[in-house]
Amino acid sequence: MWNRKKDDDYSPKLATAPPAPANVTREGNLMSTIPARSGADTETPRNHAVIGKSVAIKGQITSREDLYIDGHVEGAIEMPESRLTVGPNGKVEAGVKAREIVILGTVHGNVEAGDKIDIRKDAKLIGDLKTARIVIEDGAYFKGSIDIARPEAKASPRPAPSLQPATSAAPVPAGAPDAK
Amino acid sequence: MFGTNPAGRPNDPPGATTAGRSEPSEQSRTRQSPGLEQFFVALRDTIGLSILDFAGASQANIGFITSLGHRIYSEDFLRTLELSFGGEGDFYENQADQERIDSFFQQTLTFPDGHFDGALIWDCLQYMNPVLLQQTLEQLRRILRPNAYLLAFFHADEKVTNVPLYSYRIVDQKTLLLCQRGTREPAQFFNNRALERVFSDFQSIKFFLTRDHLREVIVKR
Repeated sequence: MWNRKKDDDYSPKLATAPPAPANVTREGNLMSTIPARSGADTETPRNHAVIGKSVAIKGQITSREDLYIDGHVEGAIEMPESRLTVGPNGKVEAGVKAREIVILGTVHGNVEAGDKIDIRKDAKLIGDLKTARIVIEDGAYFKGSIDIARPEAKASPRPAPSLQPATSAAPVPAGAPDAK
Repeated sequence: MFGTNPAGRPNDPPGATTAGRSEPSEQSRTRQSPGLEQFFVALRDTIGLSILDFAGASQANIGFITSLGHRIYSEDFLRTLELSFGGEGDFYENQADQERIDSFFQQTLTFPDGHFDGALIWDCLQYMNPVLLQQTLEQLRRILRPNAYLLAFFHADEKVTNVPLYSYRIVDQKTLLLCQRGTREPAQFFNNRALERVFSDFQSIKFFLTRDHLREVIVKR
């Protein structure tokens, strides 16, 4: 009924752990550069602008749509209303501001996300992060500071809580541990 | 992290096999940590502090410290140590090479003076020879603000030549999850007196000796 192509352009998205992409210049094949991941995360770059593996950009990028970077970007990236994904081959040497940021590759620079930063297992991130939420998988490499910007929290001092509903900290004299 | 994966992967330092290492084990266990509890007691009633964590980035530690309203700075200190002094030659002898030490300090602890309100050093200090240890403590003293606290662990069983190498994950204010990822020979063993000498430039030191031969130390800058 229809011809089935040998190079199998019709690999289902997120099916299995993908092989290296055969032809990254074609948007359909970009799916294969993204590791398979369960869950509802829409990493498939169907509606993304894409910077492919062989593309290098030096300068400032602004975007109002989601962006998938699998190439090399140096400069600054500003997309406060959209999602940025740095693919496994992506290398970003830039300050980044986005609504949501997913990192599978390498980022050197300060990163700010209004909503969430997701650092995956083989990612490498060096820089300071500011976000409302962060997820970091075991195996990811990160060096830098993390500032969680919670819109409601700030300002009022609060006691150091325990995550379990246990006692509050044992009473300690002011100035705490002393004496050699 | 100190496995035998090929060099170049961001979280797998090269030359990870050193004398006395055995195959990494996947054992993990929780333990109560009086030192950790004391550390967080010292931080109570304040938010917005800057805490240095030598364990490398983990969801557990990041989540816990930021849930207290603090900023966390993550550094995989042992990885940097391995990259700087591992490879050719003896790991501990390489730590006496001042050129390597200078290069090491260009990669780590490059913070302004008085930048941190607390530091979770875990057991990193016991994997340094005296030359490097002294210089590291000088840097730590520099980057901690006055009256800041530092938490460090030292294995206390002198009969053991290779000690478990753990990654330390905070479960709650007084509980740690220890994930063993191999063993390693420490540079030296410290008793209380030796630790007092090591931290002689700090304001005060408090010891907690636990049943699992881990000496916990809270030091006030």
